[in-house]
Amino acid sequence: MALHLDARPPATPASRDTRPSRAGRLSRIDAKYSPYLYIAPFFVIFAIFGAWPLVYTFWVSLHEWDLLGSDPVFVGADNYTRLLADSDFWHSVVNTLGIFVISTVPQLLLALWLANLLNRQLRLRTGWRMAVLVPNVTSTAAVAIVFGVLFGREFGMVNWMLDLVGIDGIGWKSDRFASWVAISAMVDWRWTGYNALIFLAAMQAIPRDLYEAAAIDGANRARQFWSVTVPLLKPTIIFCVIISTIGGLQLFTEPRLFHSGTNAIRGGPMRESQTMTMYMFENAFAPYYNFGYGSAVAWLLFALIAIVAAINVLIIRRLGAGARPDNGKRTGGPR
Amino acid sequence: MGTFPRHRLAAVALAATGALLATSGCGGGEDAGDGKITLTVDVFGQFGYEQLYQEYMDANPNVKIVERGTGGNLDEYSPKLTQWLAAGKGAGDVVAIEEGLMVEYKANPGNFVNLLDHGAAELKGNFLEWKWNQGLTADGQQLIGLGTDVGGMAMCYRSDLFAKAGLPTDREEVSKLWPTWQDYIATGEKFKAAGTGAAFLDAATNTFNTIVLQTAGNAQGYHYYDTSDNLVVESNPAVKQAWDTTMNIIDAGLSGKYGSWSEEWVSAFKQAKFATIACPAWMTGVIEGNAGAEANGKWDIARVPGDGGNWGGSHLAVPQQSKHQEEAIKLAKFLTSPEGHIGAFKAKGPLPSSPQALDDPTITEATNPYFSGAPVGKIFGAGAKTLKPVYMGPKNQAVRTEVENAVRTVELGQRNPEQGWQDAINNAKKAAAK
Repeated sequence: MALHLDARPPATPASRDTRPSRAGRLSRIDAKYSPYLYIAPFFVIFAIFGAWPLVYTFWVSLHEWDLLGSDPVFVGADNYTRLLADSDFWHSVVNTLGIFVISTVPQLLLALWLANLLNRQLRLRTGWRMAVLVPNVTSTAAVAIVFGVLFGREFGMVNWMLDLVGIDGIGWKSDRFASWVAISAMVDWRWTGYNALIFLAAMQAIPRDLYEAAAIDGANRARQFWSVTVPLLKPTIIFCVIISTIGGLQLFTEPRLFHSGTNAIRGGPMRESQTMTMYMFENAFAPYYNFGYGSAVAWLLFALIAIVAAINVLIIRRLGAGARPDNGKRTGGPR
Repeated sequence: MGTFPRHRLAAVALAATGALLATSGCGGGEDAGDGKITLTVDVFGQFGYEQLYQEYMDANPNVKIVERGTGGNLDEYSPKLTQWLAAGKGAGDVVAIEEGLMVEYKANPGNFVNLLDHGAAELKGNFLEWKWNQGLTADGQQLIGLGTDVGGMAMCYRSDLFAKAGLPTDREEVSKLWPTWQDYIATGEKFKAAGTGAAFLDAATNTFNTIVLQTAGNAQGYHYYDTSDNLVVESNPAVKQAWDTTMNIIDAGLSGKYGSWSEEWVSAFKQAKFATIACPAWMTGVIEGNAGAEANGKWDIARVPGDGGNWGGSHLAVPQQSKHQEEAIKLAKFLTSPEGHIGAFKAKGPLPSSPQALDDPTITEATNPYFSGAPVGKIFGAGAKTLKPVYMGPKNQAVRTEVENAVRTVELGQRNPEQGWQDAINNAKKAAAK
C-alpha cells in the first residue's frame, strides 16, 4: 500500500526548476528523515529491552553459570546438548503444548461464537461488549489464586459440585490431564472476551449487503455465519491464533500460582503442569541457580515459538489463498 | 523471549515496575529524610523480632528498621535473596539464611561481610558450637552468619480431636503413647478407627523430614550428602529407614495429604482437619498463625516419637552490598544476642541457639498459652544443648525437594513405594548433577 504521508502542497514539485530555498531544503530533510525519528523510540526501546536481553541470554546460555558463584565458565553448546537429552525438559514442552492446545482451541471457538452474538441487535449493546472484557482486566495473579482454590482437592468448589452429581473428587493438581484442564479454564476465562472483541471489530467491517444477499439466496443464520462471516474473518482468526500461540507458549503465572506450597515451581510433585517458562525458572533460579542452563531453556523456548509461528505462517498462506481477494476490497460486494 | 504480545509485555512491565517500586522503596537501606538510617531486614516464616526492633529503635534513635517477608515461605524467599545477591542490589541490610541453604551461600562468601572482621569472634561463647560452625566458611576464615534459632523437635497435637477420638489429652499421657514411630502409627490407627473426620497428620513430607533428620542425626550425622559431599541418598541406611517408616505411615492411611505450606494446608489448620503435626520449635509460631485465634487452647505439645533431632534454624548475615554495613552488623549482633534469642522465643517460639538463653529462666520456665500452657521451654529446650545436627551438602535443598516429592507422589497414590524410592534416588542424582 502506498500511503501518502506527504502533506506538502502540490505546488512543491514546481519549485524543483528554481534553486531550492533554505526552507525548502529543510522541509525536504524533514520529510525524508523525521519519520525515522518518529518511529525510532520503539526500536530504541526494543533494542534495550528486547534485543539486548536476547543476545545476553544467549551469551549466558553458553556458560556454566552458577548464580551464586562468581566465575562463569565458557562451555559452548554443552547446556543445549544436555537440555536436549533432559527428559524433564521434554516433559515441560509436552505440558506447554498440551495446555496450549486445550486452552486455545475452545477459547477461539467460544470467542467467535460470543462475537457473533454480540454482533446482533441487542439492548445495552455497549454494556455487553464491555462486560466480556472484564475478566481480562482482572489481575492474572488474583485469577490464578482464586482458581487454585476453586480447584482444590478437598476444599475446592469444583470438586464439591462434582460430588453433588456423584463424581468422585478429582486431583486437579496431581493429575496431569486434569491440571491442564484447570489451567486452561483459567486462561480461557481471561482471554475469551479479549479475542471476542477483536473478532467483533472484524465482523463489523463485513458489509451488511453480503448478509442481505445471502438472506435473499435463502441462507439461514448458521449458514450465513459459516459461509460469510468465518471466511471473511480468516485473517483476524489467524492473527488471534498467533497472539494466543505466543502467549500460550509463555504461560507462567497461571500454572505457577495454581500450585502453592513447597516447590510450586515444579507444577505438582511429578511436574504435572510445569510449563517451559516454569522449567526455565526452576533451573535459572531456585533450587538450582544454574543460570546458564536456564538461559538455554529460554532460547529453546524462543526457537519453539519461532517454529510454531512459522507453521502458522504456512497455514496463513494456505488458508489465506482463497480469502485474499477480499482483503481491502470488501466494498466490491459478493464475488 | 523477544516476541512478547502486547498484553504480555504490559503485564511484564507492570510486574517489573511493581518489583522496582518494592525493592527501591526500601531496599539497600536508604536514608530517610529526617537523617535517620533505614535498615531493612529480610526474613521468612516467623522470626518474632517486632518487639526487639522497637527496643533497638528506642535505644538508637538514628535507626529505623523495616522488616520484609514475615510469614512468607522459604521457597519464595531463597530465590529472591539469591537474585538480589547475584544482581548486587536489592537485598536487605540484614538477611536471614536458613541452614539448608547456608552451604550454598558459603560457597561464595564474597557476597557477605566477614563478621570476624567486625569483632564477632568474641561472641563465639554466645552460640552452641555447631551452630557457630555452621556460619563459618570451610576454611574457618570467614563468618557469614550469626545463629538465630535451632529446630528442637516435638509433636504438636489437637487435644480436642484427641478427646473426640477417645485418646488421652494430657501431654504427659500423650507423650507416653509414642516412644517410637511404630507406636505413633499404632496410635494413629486408633485415632483413625474412631472416625472423627480428621486425618491423623498433616502431610507425609513433613513427617518424613522429621524422621530423616532424627535418624541421620542419631546415626552418622548426615543424610543426603556425606561429610565429603558425596551424594549418598541410595546408600545411607538412615534415609532408607526414614523412607520405610514414612511409607508405613502412608500405608496406614494416616496422612491428610495436605501439601505442606500450600493453601490447602493452611485451610486444613483452620478447619481442624488433622490431629498431629511434627513441630520443630519454630513451627509453633506457624501453627498459631495458620490455625488462628479460634483454635487457641486447642493445641498442645507432646514429645516427638524417636530420639529428638534438629530441623531448621537460621543465621543472620549482612550482605556486602549493604550501604550501612556497620549499623547492620550492630543490629545483627543485637538480634542474635542472648537477649535477642529470648525476645524472639517469647514472641514466636523459635528455640535459641544460645546456651545462655537456653539456661535463662524466662526460657526454661516459659509456657505457651496458645498451646494450652505447654511448658515449651522445657519441651524444646531440654535436648537443645546436646542436639546432634545433620550435615547439609552442596545441593541439599534441591536434593531434599526431590526426595520429598517422591514421598508426596506415594502419598497421593501416583507411585507405589518401590517406584517412589527409585524416583527419589534417580531424581536426587539428577538434581545433584545440575
